[in-house]
Amino acid sequence: MAYAERLPGIGAIAVLRRNFGVWRKLLIPSLLGNFGDPLLYLLALGYGLGHFVGQMEGMPYITFLASGIVASSVMNTASFEGLYSAFTRMSAQQTYAAMLATPLRVSDILAGELLWCAIKGLISGVAIIVVAAFFGAVQGWWIPLAVPVIFLAGLAFGGMALVVTALARSYDFFMYYFTLVVTPMFLFCGVFYPLDELPPLGRELAQLLPLTHAVALIRPLLTGHAPSHWLLHLGVLLLFTLTAYVLALRLLERRLLR
Amino acid sequence: MPRKKGPANPAMDLAFLKARGLEKRYGTQMVLRGLDFDIAPGECFGLLGPNGAGKSTTVRAIQGLTPLDAGSIEVDGLDVATAAPAVRARMGVVPQMDNLDPDFTVLENLLVYGRYFRLPRAVVRQRSEDLLEFLALTPWAREPISALSGGMKRRLTIARALINAPRILLLDEPSTGLDPQARHLIWQRLRSLRRDGTTLLLTTHYMDEAERLCDRVAILDHGRILALDSPQALIAAHVPGAVLELRRSDGRPPDPDNRHLQWVDSSERVGDTLICYGHDFAPLLQHFGTQPDYLLLQRPASLEDVFLRLTGRDLREAAGD
Repeated sequence: MAYAERLPGIGAIAVLRRNFGVWRKLLIPSLLGNFGDPLLYLLALGYGLGHFVGQMEGMPYITFLASGIVASSVMNTASFEGLYSAFTRMSAQQTYAAMLATPLRVSDILAGELLWCAIKGLISGVAIIVVAAFFGAVQGWWIPLAVPVIFLAGLAFGGMALVVTALARSYDFFMYYFTLVVTPMFLFCGVFYPLDELPPLGRELAQLLPLTHAVALIRPLLTGHAPSHWLLHLGVLLLFTLTAYVLALRLLERRLLR
Repeated sequence: MPRKKGPANPAMDLAFLKARGLEKRYGTQMVLRGLDFDIAPGECFGLLGPNGAGKSTTVRAIQGLTPLDAGSIEVDGLDVATAAPAVRARMGVVPQMDNLDPDFTVLENLLVYGRYFRLPRAVVRQRSEDLLEFLALTPWAREPISALSGGMKRRLTIARALINAPRILLLDEPSTGLDPQARHLIWQRLRSLRRDGTTLLLTTHYMDEAERLCDRVAILDHGRILALDSPQALIAAHVPGAVLELRRSDGRPPDPDNRHLQWVDSSERVGDTLICYGHDFAPLLQHFGTQPDYLLLQRPASLEDVFLRLTGRDLREAAGD
């Protein structure tokens, strides 16, 4: 297939707008989920556990945790959108089939879905930053820079999820992905405690996971520091995004163009 | 929507759609084995065939959604293999399964779909209103899809397929599962589109639908075209004369001694029914009409007779084709 065929076109925006249109209709429950869940984590762990923990890496535990929750929430939101929601559109609703009867190509659909995953991740990330700001758990002039980083992380997590969706035969398949990929990242990538607490091998393995790099960028930006090794972390997230895009496109084309 | 253009003459040789040597294999199974056909501008062309004959695969190939193993398709001078999005931009598609967007209302379905074609907002608005009117859906414009009946959903799918004012409309079994009223409304609209110059390609296994709508039909089986002509010409060629069906009220086989053979051109037994083809059934009627437990039905030959004669009478498994 021609190279140009693999690159998404302006049609991706129409796909994105379709998803945005649906989201707008369900604005209230959708935002409630974005604010509610992380807020509960922040309160329960930040105050409850934070009381015993005190300081972590030279900051109050709730501050340490808030930046981690922002990163993990981007992962969860983008993954959920790329798995369950995208799979529903592809299989149960046959939305992709309807789109493919128009000038839209598979690459347009994939790019539109990917952008939407990232935007949903961004919405949830920003929602938590707003909540955390009320508790004084985020600060500094670097906060605006966290926004593009969160978006890129959303692309990486959304892309990975869309690869899994392109392979999935049913919703049950996603349990593997959650148990084997998402939950380990949630627990071992520096959301709740610094990576240094892991044994050496665990620390090495965590470097292979995208959430580690998202946390490494987002935590300093939300607590008033410039991230170190930022180019490396950005590079890893970009690499995950591009690899996932190419892989998902190939798998989706095989699935939809038979 | 309807452009003002007289119905084209189906016999003109400048084809709007040209299919040449289409071959498609899934694993070891040959689904299309060298299909050739032309569709003239403004023509209504029917693809008929039992389940698994290759109808849906052909329709997907025309949209550029099925890579072919051999052959080529040209639509309006464009090669589908290299210009599929441009081909689809001038095409409307009514799929076999309704895939309306359940997250939107009736009107929103049209507006959102128009965006996929990158049409200007004002054009999509105007066309959406016209199309809802054309398909008698205006009162339901603000309703969710779940509020629609099967026939209304199909009408909305047709409206959606017309949002880009297509030059050709592909319909994959447009009236399957609909009640007679819904079917007649849809047929009426399709005839109206055809009058306005839209080229139609429809697949169906309802012979009456093909007979009513199509200028020409191709009868397809096992990925090959068995016959291609106007319904009338096919009937004249394959089932000349009339048809008389004989059945017995007790379910036993009629005329076990085959006495009817002397009075008919040919005959076939299908289950408990004896189907006779011929020109003069007077002697047959005289003989069996007087027997008390015989049921007789005399009718003109139809496309269904042609179809059954060409594709055989064995039952096909209803696997999606």
